[in-house]
Amino acid sequence: MGLDIRWPIGLMFSIIGAMLVVYGAVTGSDAELYKRSLGINVNLAWGLLLLAFGLLMLVSAKIAAGAKKTGSSKDLS
Amino acid sequence: MQLGTIDYAIMLIYVGFVIGIGWTLRRYMKTSSDFLTSGRSIPAWVTGLAFISANLGALELVGMAASGAKYGIATSHFYWVGAIPAMVFLAVFMMPFYYGSKARSVPEYLKLRFDERVRCLNSITFAVMTVFASGISMNALAKLLHQLLGWNYDVSLWICSAVVLVYVLKGGLTSAIYTEVLQFFMIVLGFAPVVYLGLKDVGGWDALKGQLAGVAQNPAAAGMIDKAGKTFPPDSWTSAWKPLLAGPASNPMGVDVFAMVFGLGFVLSFGYWCTNFLVVQRAMAAKNMTAARRTPLIAAVPKMIFPVLVILPGMIAASLALTAKDGYRLPPKPLDTAIYEKLIPAVKQASSQALQADAVLQMVNDAIGKDDAKTYKLNQGKIAALVVDNRTTPLPEETLKSRLQDAVSEVDYDGAILSLVRKYCPTGLLGLALTGLLASFMSGMAGNVTAFNTVWTYDLYQAYIAKNKSDDHYMWMGRAVTVVGIGLSIVCAYLVSRWSNAMDIIQLVFGFVNAPLFATFLLGMFWSRTTSHGAFYGLLGGTLSSALFHSLTSAVGNTPGIKGGYLAVVQTFPSDMAQNFWLATCAFLVCFTLTLVISLATRRTKTNEELKGLVYSMTPRLKDDEQLWILRPAVLGVILLAGCVVLNIIFW
Repeated sequence: MGLDIRWPIGLMFSIIGAMLVVYGAVTGSDAELYKRSLGINVNLAWGLLLLAFGLLMLVSAKIAAGAKKTGSSKDLS
Repeated sequence: MQLGTIDYAIMLIYVGFVIGIGWTLRRYMKTSSDFLTSGRSIPAWVTGLAFISANLGALELVGMAASGAKYGIATSHFYWVGAIPAMVFLAVFMMPFYYGSKARSVPEYLKLRFDERVRCLNSITFAVMTVFASGISMNALAKLLHQLLGWNYDVSLWICSAVVLVYVLKGGLTSAIYTEVLQFFMIVLGFAPVVYLGLKDVGGWDALKGQLAGVAQNPAAAGMIDKAGKTFPPDSWTSAWKPLLAGPASNPMGVDVFAMVFGLGFVLSFGYWCTNFLVVQRAMAAKNMTAARRTPLIAAVPKMIFPVLVILPGMIAASLALTAKDGYRLPPKPLDTAIYEKLIPAVKQASSQALQADAVLQMVNDAIGKDDAKTYKLNQGKIAALVVDNRTTPLPEETLKSRLQDAVSEVDYDGAILSLVRKYCPTGLLGLALTGLLASFMSGMAGNVTAFNTVWTYDLYQAYIAKNKSDDHYMWMGRAVTVVGIGLSIVCAYLVSRWSNAMDIIQLVFGFVNAPLFATFLLGMFWSRTTSHGAFYGLLGGTLSSALFHSLTSAVGNTPGIKGGYLAVVQTFPSDMAQNFWLATCAFLVCFTLTLVISLATRRTKTNEELKGLVYSMTPRLKDDEQLWILRPAVLGVILLAGCVVLNIIFW
């Protein structure tokens, strides 16, 4: 089917990850907010992880698209 | 619980993406087969993750955490004894027939193998079940959102259904499968940080084990009022097999080893994973036989580690409740508006009189009636204290409500996972976890809807109502019935929310229907002598026998005649779960024996030639030689089973 699902997954997690990173950076000094999460700035930390995951998906989709174009597509089934 | 702008933003982005996927895929929906079966075009890693995601509905997420709190690590038997071996069996032995027969659905396979009667029986029960299953989970979700966030029940119900409707209607099964992959990651990434924080808070695995030993020895101290007065060996919550081997009285599940291994592990799990079209449909949408067989094997990998995500939070909740860390308790059964309306005047009235604590409780209990008093089990001390405080200075309505809720002693185990989300997630992460919850609900619902529309269109409509119409007509029907299916689910959700008994009855009937099914498939696929008379009457007999079994047995704590034991009580089981596993065992054996005997007594209706591709002994072996040896299904299956054995030994 014509859609590589890695594009939307990658895009979505990159956006959400970036939002959490920014939010985490802005609210980093708010000790009251992060009392719940045992004093860890989880928004920043988990946001970075989501961002990395999203970018990884995007890169792998890009590589797969490139391989398909050059005709050397090795099918992942 | 307060949501910030960022929390809503995350939810909206997620909704935007799932609808976007449906929208993008709409131009590929040219024929009914594109819409209902994805035109068999999807790579294995996608169908594999969708396979697991369709099963990971909101009820699974919430229910497994509840069992984790209630029974501890023994809940993992649903995974390491039940699901994984069944998934390996599906991949190695059954998938070649499902996929190779070119059947478009599980009921259609039954028609090819046996005859129309078996297909009809299976497709009707399946269609009804999927609608009810999705209604039950919609009701659960809307209720949760209402209790947790104060969202309006009707609005949550309709909006969530509308989102699912839009993307399934646009992109059909492909859209459901693709969004399920996205939802899979959303669920995992949304809940993982909660589990991490919870585990860190209790002080790591070893500290958790220590605290759960305390829970086992005195469950009532952790607020488990249903186990008041009971005590179990210290490792009951943290060891999967030892308490089980010690007998039903020594484990909180109240189950014996045979019922666990044969009833759950073999009959129920193989029945679910190998014959339920909801999951099998995902594998059947794969692009070729290799991909179809790999689907359940790929799915088995995350399934194997899911207990960390779904069972561990429940265990963490139980441990936190024992130490009452930061005032934590297992969530009390939520009171609804109708109950508050009776309770609040009663408290006010009691405040105007000088009464003893027990008289106050009596008065309040009288106000809500005997049944509700039994359901909620209000705490005498807390009610009396509330009345005294209210007498000194009349409390505002909000305070009254929250203190009344706090006075409820009955535990709502299903609230366990969300109570952790509430405890540990700051704004931001909270939005992510709640989006994970929404995603799990939507993946389960889309799974049910796509299975329902295929079975209706191909197995009921095309087979019995309108044969030989154009493909455009069936395509139209597929879309129309998607709308109808979601509409019916909404009706069921309201039905279940009005009559809580309805849910018990429906789930009971599911059990009757599902329990014997695997016997029919097992004999049909692996014994060419099985006849359609045998299959039909065997299945019917198996279903009736499970109903009869339920009418003749009961479980400790249930009133015979209300829950089980309708005719007489021949046997009383130590728990509902034990009764359920034994029922499945009995139904399976009856169906198996009847099918066997009737098949031997009746003439064969299908020749060997007709059974080619449908029965094991009549089908040429698939050649896996061209695949790298490590990637062959049988080898992968063995590796997965070995992994299960290792996990079972580690948590022995």
